[in-house]
Amino acid sequence: MVLRLHYNLEKLSMGLVGAIILAASVGGIVEIAPLFTIDETVEIPADLRVLTPLELAGREIYMREGCYACHSQMVRSLADEIDRYGPYSLASESAYDHPMLWGSKRTGPDLARVGGKYSDPWQVAHLIDPRAVVPASIMPAYPWLMRPLDTAGLPGALATLARLGLPYDAAMIAGAKADALAQSRPDGPGIQGFQDRHGDRPALRAFDGDPGRLTEMDALVAYLQSLGTQTAAASALLEEARHEP
Amino acid sequence: MHPSLTNAERQIGLGLAVGLALLGLAMAAMARDGAMAVHGAIALALGLGLVFRLGGALYDAAPAGPDRAARYDDAPTRFGITMTLAWAMIGMGAGIWVAALLYWPEGTPPWPATSFGRLRPVHTTGIIFGFGGNALIATSFWVLQRTARARLADAISPWVVLIGYNLFCTWAVTGYLMGSTQSKEYAEAEWYADLWLVVVWVIYFALYLRTLARRAEPHIYVANWYYMAFILVVAMLHIVNNIALPVSLAGAKSYTVWAGVQDAMIQWWYGHNAVAFFLTAGFLGMLYYFLPVRSGRPIWSYRLSILSFWGIVFFYIWVGSHHLHYTALPYWVQTLGMTFSVMLLVPSWASAGNAIATLNGAWGRVRDDATLRFMFVAAVFYGLSTFEGSFLAIRPVNSLSHYTDWTVGHVHSGTLGWVAMIIFGAIYTIVPQLAGREAMAWPKAVEWHFWLAVLGTLVYVIAMWNAGITQGLMWRTYDANGALSYSFLQSVQAMAPYYLLRTIGGLMFLTGAAICALNCRATLRAATARDLRNDRPLAAQPAE
Ligand code: HEC
Ligand code: HEM
Repeated sequence: MVLRLHYNLEKLSMGLVGAIILAASVGGIVEIAPLFTIDETVEIPADLRVLTPLELAGREIYMREGCYACHSQMVRSLADEIDRYGPYSLASESAYDHPMLWGSKRTGPDLARVGGKYSDPWQVAHLIDPRAVVPASIMPAYPWLMRPLDTAGLPGALATLARLGLPYDAAMIAGAKADALAQSRPDGPGIQGFQDRHGDRPALRAFDGDPGRLTEMDALVAYLQSLGTQTAAASALLEEARHEP
Repeated sequence: MHPSLTNAERQIGLGLAVGLALLGLAMAAMARDGAMAVHGAIALALGLGLVFRLGGALYDAAPAGPDRAARYDDAPTRFGITMTLAWAMIGMGAGIWVAALLYWPEGTPPWPATSFGRLRPVHTTGIIFGFGGNALIATSFWVLQRTARARLADAISPWVVLIGYNLFCTWAVTGYLMGSTQSKEYAEAEWYADLWLVVVWVIYFALYLRTLARRAEPHIYVANWYYMAFILVVAMLHIVNNIALPVSLAGAKSYTVWAGVQDAMIQWWYGHNAVAFFLTAGFLGMLYYFLPVRSGRPIWSYRLSILSFWGIVFFYIWVGSHHLHYTALPYWVQTLGMTFSVMLLVPSWASAGNAIATLNGAWGRVRDDATLRFMFVAAVFYGLSTFEGSFLAIRPVNSLSHYTDWTVGHVHSGTLGWVAMIIFGAIYTIVPQLAGREAMAWPKAVEWHFWLAVLGTLVYVIAMWNAGITQGLMWRTYDANGALSYSFLQSVQAMAPYYLLRTIGGLMFLTGAAICALNCRATLRAATARDLRNDRPLAAQPAE
């Protein structure tokens, strides 16, 4: 019977087309659609902050240079990963990530919680020449990151992300270029405005060691130092679990 | 290209080429960033090149007009095979270079464009889309015409598809070199390239259906089911995964509309089904045509081919979440991915078994004919890597293998052992026919290629298995005091010999592919007048 049916289906190109589309749609719909509704995946922690313009520029550089090809940003819920990298990652932590950078290959260590693990000068020296800091490293050197950062695209980038639902307001978009500069100049004039717009949680430092210049290095290091610090939800959860008898 | 077109078609082609040049000019003029300007210039140059090529031939003698309808349209296939081999050199060359950089990181020149992170997607896109995609399109035209016993529905669309597709590939890989990327694995190309691909794909699918509509056989042969599944589902995956909001229409940068865990699920729904429908379904179509043709034996079981086709189409779509075990993706989705991955073994082995059983009774030919041996080895590796895939999808196994080189080993046992081998088998079957010859110009070189390919694959895959399992174990080993035994760096250092071996295996594989390219060139240059006696006769058709 079924064979007979199929025998006839083979004579109809549009029949095959319809059957293929039908068969190939079910799995995706069942697995993907619920993710847009259930609490576990749509919840956003109250303390989650968006990236500052400088950090966002750093994220773009992270993508541009393909750091994600060697580094994951997803600590799995396995004992050894928690011991090595810190609390396992929660869905809510990447709620603002367009796109997510969970990665698929660990040629280098996971970076989901690398923020604050090293000093800025360590990060700068490591990016310029990893083997100067870690002799056995196989990470590529990125000497060109000391070039000036192009901030022209930042307002447009923030505006686009705001249209996708991220809480960037009009003042943050308009001030994006100034705020990128201000965040890397701890003694500069733009600090007040920066903190009005982004609060006092983001770090204010000359990330590349030179407050006089705004470089790609400033942006990338600011981004790396922000990883894992945008919400405390994961460490709170781990603490709670540890204190339960 | 132009010899296969009539004068009227050359005029239409000229119009399209002018259109492409204008599009390129507009992009280059409007663009506010480097990547888009360069891509506009590439389109402009290509458009102008085509204008000269077609314009120059506008009034040349057209091919014997009415007679044309009595032959298959194989000029596009020939071009597609040339591009397949060209992309093989680019993609595998980039693969070897990035493999070498992991062993020899100081080798990175101090220019951004040659850095590992930018070249790795050049390898994956160049090899999957450039090498694999051109092979799929080129063979699909060949197979479609012969199984339908009909000429392609028109003479221009196949060129639009092939040239447009290669423009997409070129835009993609040059974009990564300039740092323009969406960073979604296997979907790194930016929004305008993605839109362009959708247009090309619609023309491709329309051509497929229009040609099927002309078929002289009531039944659509199984190879075509697979090619159709490939075209349709890849379109669906590509569109959904790439929905993005450009920052400006005059710039390359865009943001995907998907975020966080939803993005992860959609990305791997796409990513794994790129494996399923690009690197598997299309190539099964190739296998189902070329294996019976070359071995002279019909497919062993018709029922099994129905079972495995629908099994693959239905099951595969569910398995993407096995890339996200133990992550922040809800547990039940991971479980579904694991369950379907294991069930997938049934249709996969049904296909592999069907292919191998088809060879029963032709083992003598497998021994003597290196081309048929390529196809046999492809079927064997297909069986092995689908088994490995189902195994790696099991949650506890995945806890060890994920993020390690075991995955890379698994990927390459599939791509080198299965995808590349079946492509070479198909190429060695088609090229002599294109040249009107009995055999390749250098039959001995096929034998050399075969052994280089098999050895290279084994060296690569075995090195990566060792690397991955070592890594996975080092990361999770605790000492007696309950502390982790190894630092991450120690696991990096342990990889050095394997990375070296992998580079050597890759070099052997590339050497074989280079021999193939030279052999094809020699064969096509030594072409004789096309001998149509061995080809499947075209059904008589009304004049075009
Ligand atoms: C070829 C793979 C590769 C690429 C590409 C790569 N890295 Fe690494 N990375 C490594 C390896 C291996 C290590 C471990 C050795 C070391 O510390 O240098 C590492 C270590 C690191 C560390 C220290 C992590 C820790 O917890 O100790 C940071 C931070 C880092 N990389 C950032 C980056 C950034 C940013 C980029 C992109 C600009 C990048 N990496 C690109 C391989 C890579
Ligand atoms: C000359 C032969 C080849 C060599 C030397 C080679 C080398 C490599 C290297 C070094 C990587 C990166 C691995 C890492 O990041 O650690 C890689 C990844 C990859 N290659 Fe190849 N490759 C070859 C052939 C192919 C072919 C023929 C295909 C497909 C048709 C292919 C598909 C892929 C894919 C899909 C990945 C990504 C794997 C992942 O993300 O896990 N490769 N290859």
